[in-house]
Amino acid sequence: MLIIRCPYCEANRPEPEFRHAGAAHIVRPLDPSATTDAEWAEFLYHRDNPRGTVAERWRHIHGCGRFFNALRDTVSDRILSTYPAGQGRPE
Amino acid sequence: MIGASRQEGMMQRLLVGRMFQGRLVPDSMRTEAGGRIDRARDLRFRFDGVDYLGCEGDTLASALLANGIHLVGRSFKYHRPRGILSAGAEEPNALVTLRRDGGRTTPNLRATQIELYEGLEATSQNRWPSLSTDFGALASLAAPLLPAGFFYKTMLGPRGWKLWHRLFEPLLRRGAGLGHAPTQPDPDRYARYHDHCDVLIVGAGPAGLAAALAAGREGQRVILCDEQAEPGGTLLTEIRALVDGIPAREFLARSLAELSAMPNVRVMPRTTAFGLYPHNHAGLAERVTDHLAAPGQDLPRERLWQIRAARVVLATGAIERPLLFPNNDRPGVMLAGAARDYLLRYGVKVGNHVVIATACDSAYLTALDLAAAGVEVKVVLDLRSSAEGPLPEAVRKAGIPILTGGRVLGTHLRRLRLDSVLLGRADGRTRWFDCDALLVSNGHTPTAHLAAHARAPMHWNDTWGAFLPGSIEGVASIGACAGATTLAEALAQGAALFAAVPPPVEAELPIAPAPGTLQGAETGCVFVDLQNDVTAQDIRMAVGEGFRSVEHVKRYTAGGLGTDQGKTGNMALFALTAAASGLAPAQVGTTTFRPPYTPVTFGTLAGPARGDLFDPVRTTPLHDKAVAEAAVFEDVGPWKRARYFPRKGETMHEAVAREVAATRATAGMFDASTLGKIEVMGPDAAEFLNRLYVNALTGLKPGSCRYAVMLSEAGFVMDDGIVARLAENHFHVTTTTGGAARVLHHMEDYRQTEWPDLRVWLTSTTEHWAVIALQGPKAREILIPLCEADISALPHMAVRDLTIAGAPARLMRVSFTGELGFEVNVPARHAPPLWDALRARLAAIGGTLYGTEAMHVMRAEKGYIIIGQETDGTVTPGDLGLPEGRAKPDFVGKRSLTRPDMLLPDRRQLVGLLTENPAVMLEEGAQLVTEASPPPGTPALGHVTSAYHSPALGRSIALALLAGGRTRLGQRLFVAGPRGGIAVTVAPPVFLDPEGARLHG
Ligand SMILES: [Zn+2]
Repeated sequence: MLIIRCPYCEANRPEPEFRHAGAAHIVRPLDPSATTDAEWAEFLYHRDNPRGTVAERWRHIHGCGRFFNALRDTVSDRILSTYPAGQGRPE
Repeated sequence: MIGASRQEGMMQRLLVGRMFQGRLVPDSMRTEAGGRIDRARDLRFRFDGVDYLGCEGDTLASALLANGIHLVGRSFKYHRPRGILSAGAEEPNALVTLRRDGGRTTPNLRATQIELYEGLEATSQNRWPSLSTDFGALASLAAPLLPAGFFYKTMLGPRGWKLWHRLFEPLLRRGAGLGHAPTQPDPDRYARYHDHCDVLIVGAGPAGLAAALAAGREGQRVILCDEQAEPGGTLLTEIRALVDGIPAREFLARSLAELSAMPNVRVMPRTTAFGLYPHNHAGLAERVTDHLAAPGQDLPRERLWQIRAARVVLATGAIERPLLFPNNDRPGVMLAGAARDYLLRYGVKVGNHVVIATACDSAYLTALDLAAAGVEVKVVLDLRSSAEGPLPEAVRKAGIPILTGGRVLGTHLRRLRLDSVLLGRADGRTRWFDCDALLVSNGHTPTAHLAAHARAPMHWNDTWGAFLPGSIEGVASIGACAGATTLAEALAQGAALFAAVPPPVEAELPIAPAPGTLQGAETGCVFVDLQNDVTAQDIRMAVGEGFRSVEHVKRYTAGGLGTDQGKTGNMALFALTAAASGLAPAQVGTTTFRPPYTPVTFGTLAGPARGDLFDPVRTTPLHDKAVAEAAVFEDVGPWKRARYFPRKGETMHEAVAREVAATRATAGMFDASTLGKIEVMGPDAAEFLNRLYVNALTGLKPGSCRYAVMLSEAGFVMDDGIVARLAENHFHVTTTTGGAARVLHHMEDYRQTEWPDLRVWLTSTTEHWAVIALQGPKAREILIPLCEADISALPHMAVRDLTIAGAPARLMRVSFTGELGFEVNVPARHAPPLWDALRARLAAIGGTLYGTEAMHVMRAEKGYIIIGQETDGTVTPGDLGLPEGRAKPDFVGKRSLTRPDMLLPDRRQLVGLLTENPAVMLEEGAQLVTEASPPPGTPALGHVTSAYHSPALGRSIALALLAGGRTRLGQRLFVAGPRGGIAVTVAPPVFLDPEGARLHG
């Protein structure tokens, strides 16, 4: 069970308070109808599965209810940082 | 004094013996003095129906050995007689079943970890009819027929399957398997605890104790757990060294006293840390009452502790490895360290005339201590070419001969107990030695399980012949599990973690680590994994058949897959795999360590989550009303829903037919409170909903409702419901019963992360509104007198706020039955009185209550879909014949509806099916094909999604998803079934009132 820091509540909380919500920084095209089938398929389905650092979305569903992003190491499961949705991926 | 009390004990034993029916043998292998048992307190126990005596402080294993018993079980596959190998958690052989009163039986317990109590009753396993006469032992004659990979090989191909089912499986099922599961419900109570600490220390040996003392003195919050009844680890058998100027065992007592006086330290004996999970989350199983003869009712049997520690310190020690030689599995063959444990901790001699064979210095300590206790140590065979240093010197000085460079060539069994061993000398000469125990050591494997759970890296170490855990943030390994070789080093590592000064150590006889050897494993019946009966030959064969990864060799041979997880055998398995592959052990690597370290009972894991507390139950505000009407309930997710309301003597089929007929003839009332409800408010609420549903919602007039379908971004139907516009900026949205949380999450996702500019707020109101559905031609007649406003002209799909029978209500004219209908939403607390008022009107008019089953039938007659029944995450609105929102601007899922796959003409589309024989009901999930008996491998054209008997049509009906379904109307197809195909005709999915005349009536 992970310990996750909600960047809005500014508190460390156990994983059951959160819900994982897939890869972060996937931008929904502003005009989907203008995308090619390949571009749309890329947006829908194609995700990286790195060994190492991954940016992913979480929601503090049993807390403030808000979505945020986290950098997590997929090998050690360490969470390197969490930051509000809409903010760029930290270096 | 000790002698006197001993004599008293013996007298008492003989007296007790006369009182028994069975044979009572005094514990003849007990030493005159020593050990940490209470000799004045005799305990009677029973093993395989025979009564014995042991002492307070014994384990079942030590008590059996005190009575001269080595034979405790039969092996899993070949039913070979097996004895006690170890003195701890690593025991592969001595698995027994314990019985208590009240149907309490626990199988597969390690006798080495069972604390003896008065009246303990244990039975051996894997034998029939008895341990000494076991027919299964014939399996060992068939050993060549059961090679590695037997199961995989047998099951290849259809012929193998047949053979497997008819011949091998029944045979093996009878012969194999470990203990039997209990047949009665577990009468015990189990507790679940959560805790936090600064430091969790696993293992109360010298390293763990030193760490606990240092951290405790610093004021840190410490939890120190140990799987044994008595903390201390190797300090319990350290009879030579002085620590801090006092004998080691006194140092242990002093340290434990100091720790127990610290309010910030909790020492937890009988507590196994069975798993270490991410972010320093540890699972501990505390055995609270298993060691008590009469457990009190006030205590739980076990406690599950989930501990979150800022820092985890692993001081889990090391496990001795057995030697490899032909017939190395016989009762009487024991780890040398275990023999020393039995002597020094329990005052038990494991034999009177023993031979020691070793590839490690530690066995010399065993030789010295056994000899001092009067055991004849015939010879120490050292497989290494030379034996130098203080330990071998001391052994030579004690007059015990040492043979170097030799090996064990075999063992001989008499009356199911080892009676001699064949030793080969370096010069090639061989000799049989009579003995009653052979004590072996092949070095030690650091116990790195928990470190591996926490994903610490494992590094091969040539000196230990094992993998040592590396460190990771927040998790430190210290002591023998981290490669410490001496007491002084272990204490120093523990103290160093908290920058403390370790106590000085004097007079220690240090043991150098040993890499172990594979000598002796070349030929013959050499067991590597004793619990799963895996031999060295099995491993060579697996490698010979092409298996390279140890993970594959492990699965193919089943080595390390037993309940002991190969604690004593895994290193040999890796080393033999390496040798057979021509690789270094470091290249071969280790298999994955997985929790639990030792088996954990289901009771501990389940804790209080059983019976009524197993799963949370949700009930509606009208639940008691349904109970009072004798409803039969069904589970829908966590909800209890009234399925039907049988009258006396009615079957479900009869009740449902009556409910449907009455609803369609007059009126029916239904509790729809489980529907998900979301309040959507804000200036951009209409725009927001318009982007989330296929259906156009911006133009929806206040006071109107619309049926709406929600798609995932991939274009597949994920939910449906009613969107009711109460005012310009205010919507009431319903979801499916199971979809409420999912839909709100989906909405919040888009609201927060895609369109944060939209001014809209979402609130779940599922629990706040109770919903009573009134459906049928007389529904309006029932409602009108109770309404404080005129609803006679309220059109289909309208919504009004008004007072009904004194309750503030949100009334929708909607239908899920095809009849004129209403759904009355009222705040939960108003629901019961409103129900009563409506119920009285309903009865007067000849209407009925109906449940979910009738609701399902009526909606199917109308071809209305149910999410999760007609949809499965691959179905588009077009597939269902629903609008696809082509004229609308972008909404979630719209772009996906024009992807090439979504436009294929053979997509599965919703159709109706009518069986040729109207009495035949189809099976939901059954496959559609074109022929009555298609050849194997024929792809299905689709499947049945719903099937009911329709009272309105007086025949069976079904809905189905069918490839190109709408082009197949009128076609004759078959639904595959176990008794051949059932002929059906494809029909439109709406069976009743396709024009909707009843709906608008
Ligand atoms: Zn939060």
